[in-house]
Amino acid sequence: MAKNPNRPLSPHLQVYRWSPQMAVSIFHRATGFVLATAGMMTLLWWLSAIGGGAESYATFVKYVVSAGADGSGVQIASNWFFRLVALAVTFSFFQHLASGLRHLVLDIGAGYELKTNRTWASVAFVAAFFATAFVALFVASRFIGVL
Amino acid sequence: MDSRTNIGRVRGLGSAKHGGEHWLKQRLTAVGNVLLTTWFVLSLFMIPSFEHGPLAQWLAQPLVAVPMILMIANIFSHVKLGLQVLIEDYVHDEGLKFASMTLLNFYVIASAVFGIFVVAKLAFTGAPA
Repeated sequence: MAKNPNRPLSPHLQVYRWSPQMAVSIFHRATGFVLATAGMMTLLWWLSAIGGGAESYATFVKYVVSAGADGSGVQIASNWFFRLVALAVTFSFFQHLASGLRHLVLDIGAGYELKTNRTWASVAFVAAFFATAFVALFVASRFIGVL
Repeated sequence: MDSRTNIGRVRGLGSAKHGGEHWLKQRLTAVGNVLLTTWFVLSLFMIPSFEHGPLAQWLAQPLVAVPMILMIANIFSHVKLGLQVLIEDYVHDEGLKFASMTLLNFYVIASAVFGIFVVAKLAFTGAPA
């Protein structure tokens, strides 16, 4: 059967005005993906570097945390890459945690009133933003020597 | 083979009784993750030194190795359930969907076994020099 491209389609994403409820839903999936891939691979690298001994841990530190004064160009580039990864994973963690807790509340049947639903969707974003900012400032002051 | 239609073949049999399993497991592992990752994040804040020696000693303790192994197992089961939904929703080609699902299973099982082995080895045999 040939499809007629001129047939009317039902309205889809692009015709709706974005709301916090829609955003928090797709962010839950996106942040889950970031945590499952970048987050977990970095965690496993960290754990296996600890298990591998002092030399293997030094390699992890050189590539991920700080290349040090004699670091190669690749290592310095890698440091910046992992700082972005750390920021993305930290935000993803708090966002996924906040909207995950929201989902658990929705699962017991609460919080579907329009205003309440909208408020807690926004709260998930605000909480994730401030928690990420707190961790970023903490790490910057304690470990990177900024601030 | 009979000549009935697909719908005629299954009508009246009731549900497969598996409908709620994936959904429920996803919630149960989510609650586990809330507890275990809270423990992990608080630990990161409280670890006194990020030098290799103290870190290896920290990770080798039973009260750290056990929750760490639980966290790895629980997170990767949650990853399996969650990414499965992403594949089911966004990968429409049947062949590609089958390949993605196979890769996902390889990814979560290999990663979880690797992580658990690393922590267990350190806990059982102590930190290497």
